[in-house]
Amino acid sequence: MSDQPAHSDHKHPGVGTYLTVAGVLTVITLVEVGVFYVPAFERVLAPILLTLSGAKFVLVVMFYMHLKGDHRFFKLFFTLPLVIAVAVTIALLFLFGTFGGSPS
Amino acid sequence: MMHAATAHHSSTGLDSRKLAFWMFIGSECLLFGSLISTYLVYQGRSVQGPTPEEILNIPLTSVSTFVLLMSSLAMVLALAAVTRGDRTWSRVWLLATALLGVGFLGFQAYEFASFVHEGLTLRTNLFGSTFFVLTGTHGAHVFIGVVWLLTLVVRSLQGKLGPDKAMNVEIAGLYWHFVDVVWIVIFTVVYLLS
Repeated sequence: MSDQPAHSDHKHPGVGTYLTVAGVLTVITLVEVGVFYVPAFERVLAPILLTLSGAKFVLVVMFYMHLKGDHRFFKLFFTLPLVIAVAVTIALLFLFGTFGGSPS
Repeated sequence: MMHAATAHHSSTGLDSRKLAFWMFIGSECLLFGSLISTYLVYQGRSVQGPTPEEILNIPLTSVSTFVLLMSSLAMVLALAAVTRGDRTWSRVWLLATALLGVGFLGFQAYEFASFVHEGLTLRTNLFGSTFFVLTGTHGAHVFIGVVWLLTLVVRSLQGKLGPDKAMNVEIAGLYWHFVDVVWIVIFTVVYLLS
């Protein structure tokens, strides 16, 4: 018998979902690199790339790390430090003038 | 039953190893957050070259990024195979994941060697210091992941990686996918936005 229910806290997606996510990740990566080489996107490059990167991040975490249907404790233990890390990064960038302020 | 002996449930009803590993991944978020912050804070402040624009090889890194993304696919397929008790395919996918990880490390070794050849070392400038520490730390994580995966392949060959051990593979998978998502951020922030 399978012992999966005793070890896993929810049902994992099927192989079809994994392949679909891999396809989407590949397409997003191709779009990222394509956008990088198109001069017309130069002014909006940062927001476009950060959005695409964020989409890839979320797809991997939700479907490959199975956080989508997982217990809220797992989500909490990942999301809280992630939010702190992003907040610290943004705060440091402001502090050191990377967003146009004066460097300390 | 095997799982009665191997499951480690906490008072929450959740597997305590998985809970602890998510906490570890949370701490890794803070580690890589600090390294990425340091890279960004010092970006463009090197007083001498080589600069990122002069030295980064986007096509090469795009291929290595694709390799790492595909290793994540192989990892989830390995977990699916272990869960359904398919020993042959679990070995195939675990080995494929490890080999793709080795491939990624090969790209990184080539990149580091070419950078050193072009005059960029850990001590050359701020870009060199922050770049090598950030990507080197990530590479060390990939190396640890490859060793971990190979131990799982050995356990499988010994016949000790059945469905009752699926949680062991799931936790290794969590580590591997985390290494992948960190690279997703590094690829964008360090390579494409430089």
